[in-house]
Amino acid sequence: MTPSISMEPAEWTLPDRGRVGVACLIATEFALFTIFVVAYVFYIGKSLTGPTPSQVLELPVWSTICLLSSSITVGLATRALKANRMQGFKLWTGVTILLGLEFLRQTALEWRHLISDCHLTITTNLFGTTFYSLVGLHGSHVVLGLTLLSLTWGLGLGGKMHGQARRFELLSWYWHFVDVVWVAVFTVVYVIGR
Amino acid sequence: MPSKLHEWIVTVDHKRLGIMYIATSLFFFALAGVLAALMRAQLAFPNGTLVPPAVFNRLLTVHGTTMVFLVGMPFFAGLANYLVPLMIGARDMAFPRLNAFGYWMFLFGGLLLYFSYIGAEGLAGHGTAPDVGWFAYAPLTERAFSRGTSTDYWILSIIISGIGTTASAINVIVTVISMRCKGMKLARMPLFVWLMLVVSAMVVMALPPLSAAQIMLLLDRYLGAHFFDTQAGGSAVLWQHFFWLFGHPEVYILVIPGFACVSEIIPVFSRKPIFGRAAMIGATVAIGMVSVSVWAHHMFAVGMAPSSNIFFVGSTMLVGIPTGIKIFNWLATMYGGKLRFDTPMLFCVGFLFQFLIAGLTGIMLAAAPLNWQLTDSYFVVAHFHYTLIGGMLFALFGGLYYWFPKATGKMLSETLGKCHFWLLVIGFHMTFDTLHFAGILGMPRRIYTYAAGRGWEGLNLVASIGVIFQAAGVACLIWNIIRSVRKGAPAGNDPWDAWTLEWATASPPPEYNFAVEPEVRSSRPLWDLKHPEDPDWKYE
Amino acid sequence: MAGPGPIGRIRDDLPIYASSGSEDSVGPQLGGVRVLLEQYRAAGIHSVSHDFHPDGRHEMLNETNRDEVRAKLLNWDLSGSRPNKHHRTALFTYVRRSVKRKLSGMKFSLRAFNLCLSLVTLGAAQSVHSVGNIFKPQATPAESVYHLSMLVMMVCAAIFLTVAGLLTFTIIRFRGKAGDDREPAQVYGSDRIEIAWTVIPILIVLVLTMATARVVIAIQNKQAPKDALQVTVIGHQWWWEIRYPDLGIVTANELHVPVSTLAKPAVTFLKLQSADVAHSFWVPQLSGKTDLIPNRTNTMWIDPRQEGTFLGNCAEYCGMQHANMLLRVIVQSPAEFGKWAASQERNALGDSHIDAGRVAFLSLSCVNCHRVSGTPAVGTFGPDLSHVMSRDTLGAGVIRNTPENLRAWVKDPQVIKPGNLMPNMQLNSVELDEVVAYLSSLK
Repeated sequence: MTPSISMEPAEWTLPDRGRVGVACLIATEFALFTIFVVAYVFYIGKSLTGPTPSQVLELPVWSTICLLSSSITVGLATRALKANRMQGFKLWTGVTILLGLEFLRQTALEWRHLISDCHLTITTNLFGTTFYSLVGLHGSHVVLGLTLLSLTWGLGLGGKMHGQARRFELLSWYWHFVDVVWVAVFTVVYVIGR
Repeated sequence: MPSKLHEWIVTVDHKRLGIMYIATSLFFFALAGVLAALMRAQLAFPNGTLVPPAVFNRLLTVHGTTMVFLVGMPFFAGLANYLVPLMIGARDMAFPRLNAFGYWMFLFGGLLLYFSYIGAEGLAGHGTAPDVGWFAYAPLTERAFSRGTSTDYWILSIIISGIGTTASAINVIVTVISMRCKGMKLARMPLFVWLMLVVSAMVVMALPPLSAAQIMLLLDRYLGAHFFDTQAGGSAVLWQHFFWLFGHPEVYILVIPGFACVSEIIPVFSRKPIFGRAAMIGATVAIGMVSVSVWAHHMFAVGMAPSSNIFFVGSTMLVGIPTGIKIFNWLATMYGGKLRFDTPMLFCVGFLFQFLIAGLTGIMLAAAPLNWQLTDSYFVVAHFHYTLIGGMLFALFGGLYYWFPKATGKMLSETLGKCHFWLLVIGFHMTFDTLHFAGILGMPRRIYTYAAGRGWEGLNLVASIGVIFQAAGVACLIWNIIRSVRKGAPAGNDPWDAWTLEWATASPPPEYNFAVEPEVRSSRPLWDLKHPEDPDWKYE
Repeated sequence: MAGPGPIGRIRDDLPIYASSGSEDSVGPQLGGVRVLLEQYRAAGIHSVSHDFHPDGRHEMLNETNRDEVRAKLLNWDLSGSRPNKHHRTALFTYVRRSVKRKLSGMKFSLRAFNLCLSLVTLGAAQSVHSVGNIFKPQATPAESVYHLSMLVMMVCAAIFLTVAGLLTFTIIRFRGKAGDDREPAQVYGSDRIEIAWTVIPILIVLVLTMATARVVIAIQNKQAPKDALQVTVIGHQWWWEIRYPDLGIVTANELHVPVSTLAKPAVTFLKLQSADVAHSFWVPQLSGKTDLIPNRTNTMWIDPRQEGTFLGNCAEYCGMQHANMLLRVIVQSPAEFGKWAASQERNALGDSHIDAGRVAFLSLSCVNCHRVSGTPAVGTFGPDLSHVMSRDTLGAGVIRNTPENLRAWVKDPQVIKPGNLMPNMQLNSVELDEVVAYLSSLK
């Protein structure tokens, strides 16, 4: 016995599963990052020993430009895929990946400088603890995003990305989220905290 | 491998996974119950020597951790996964494979926690199960004070099962938003579905603070970080803030699924619709939102400034209002109805009385100065067991009796059900009513023994005897389930004469749930079908 | 009995307690009793106390409120009467009258509960308040909490009676009859009722929050008076380090404070710190608890009104022996407190005959953890032992301080308090004798 007493408009569209799902995922990750940011802010100025942020940190301008531009390029890649322009998709996805890799490279250089030259490690003081964990958490999300982007780029090379614009768009949402988090991290660590 | 077992292991069917979630959570419930029985045996007499302190402290930690993470949360996941698709007229959850992933993560996390008992020698040869209390305050959990790996088992098992729970919660949200059948506007969804939606949203937002804090603790313990290392200027109170930011919404996450069951059962057994549907939904959403602003009422004794303390007094008392209102709504649903006291309804009635008391002791605890006396004492232990057993568990048992016929096609025995109910009532009250007074007389919590002459002996003895009755009650339940799965009376589609979509299909439902996707016009589609002369959609 | 001659022959340290009813025609009506008590006081008798029972008549021990009368008699505090340093055991039977009016929110009737307590009094002629009932406050913070809790509980009781009453009524009145299949009227809600039962709780919450706020501010914002006694309590796993910075005293596990009277108020302000993990200071009859958290200083205060020993516990799980981290607040008359402080400030006495013991103590690793004032032992990891024999207990309350127990503890503390941070020092019996003899001399 199935009820069927409809006398209502036949249109019945509900939001796309993937979009709601990724939105929830982003919400949960947002909560996670918030806690690490709160810990960072809480411990500003509380380290018992040096070095301090102002002594060792420099504004990461170039890496920020790279990462934020990659949001633009991934958006271009999405549009290309929606319009079925596979060459454009492969191009812009490739550029996004390169920009992301450059961001990671700059982070690695910065960390090497901090560890070897400034003697700042996660165990040095509270600044070291909160800096490496917050920036590292963000970095790990960049790595994950790049991995997935590379996967789609590879699939694109193999001609398998036709009709997958909806899914790729979800991945681009994730990538935008990673960028937004970087804006927050940048502000808290390199602007406010220094 | 027998093909039946193989089917269950690889299944992505929400009904099978729901049953697996609930069965596993009942298994962990029995385990944690045994741990509690051992604790109560040790505390029945002063200067007890049954259980040495190292073992006792592990018992209390694993008991609490199990009940919260391996019983309460999976029961929510099981009920939601089983019932939400049926109630909204869908074929399955939005992401069936994610569903399976969530279950196996939960199971693995639970097994990891219990593996800790045999994992290593530990400090005193008592295995390496965690012994830091279920909320694992820093800096007791730092390497310096928690040598060995016991704390790490606590962290990892919760992170792993937490991933499973989060996956479940996201799945529920997406299913509710994106998979409703035709005509099922959000406003027409059963209250059960609404409440599970709110719980899922709370899980999505409240679990990350715990995961974050646990990651920080792992960094402290293994990479020499100083998040909670007070010797390096770290703050022990910061752990508490992060933990309770999760911990308080968590208790609502635990109890609201109970509310969900009660909100379906009471109307059916009162033969009336829920009184004030919109208010019930609104009140639950309000609970969800306000509950993130009350966390520091677990920290009144930490020495926060008076203004902070007063803020949390206010917010905590405030959150009691939407919670209390729900009791009034359930009461008003029963008022003027035709009450049937089958087992599901018995459990709901027990729930109402007990949750009322629990809420009121909660108001007492919200008054910060009174909290300064009662926090960390047996009064708090009694209060939260009142909310969790007297409230959540009774409600979930009611749900079990109510939906077991749907899931298996067989009725549970009413006689055994009533035995279960009354034994549980007797035992529960013997244990937890008395423990309130132990707290009032100064008995702190988490002590493995106590001296005579403090006024605690008689109370503890009575409390321990109560465990016997509770165990007997649970034994009735288990026997009831085993017996009824095979020999229960056939249930038919709709044994309770109910009104939501799950009762419109066979018991148990076919794998595809509904042969034809349903279309609904009100929040009680079966009422509309059974009463075409007076359908609900005229009034909604 | 009432003449100056006989009264003058009564020794002035004999405690006297009078219990009489206001309607006793043999008296008459308290008049004679009052005169007699005044004469006792005038004659210099130190401890003259009384309970006058309104509406009571002549034979109070068999009156309708005999439970209360007997309880008050049995709780009569004999402290300060005899200088008696021997241990004494007294058996008290405590019968609770009706706690229903205090805890009416509870379903359970407490008349059913008879609590029999054996109180073991330890140490000097001090009564030990070993039952820490939060509803029997003996200091201002606990009393403020008590009054607030009465308000809160009355409100909760009223709510409970109303709602549970309605629920019971509903269950009985609307029970369906078998065979009656008609559906009742389908009522969907009522805006007016729902608004009412939202607004009223909001008002209740407002009132309770404001009442609570007042008490929070009164307790937390209290300023230390100039003559307040300042004490620093440092929590350790699993003992309490207690320091009086202005008096130069360092002791462990026992907090001695002067009693606070109307005539001479005496407030003690505590600074709470921790050397390792989180602990919590809880002596229910004196105050709510406050945590001791490492890298943080908390403060609390008490002004106990009754002499005697108040028992408390650590109330924040702190590891293996959390259960045995017991606390004693010993409230003394100003004179007694002064004597105690003087004896604690002195360097450790030690008996010159016990040189072998002192040598043994100083040469074994005891000094790594323990301090004895006036000697080279300056360890701070464990409790200060300068006056260890002046304390009631050993091991933070886990055993009484007797010669046998002292020996057992030094021989192997792990047997008595497993997991505690004093290891078995593997002393042979000669070393053990010497060390114990030395410690026994540290009064």
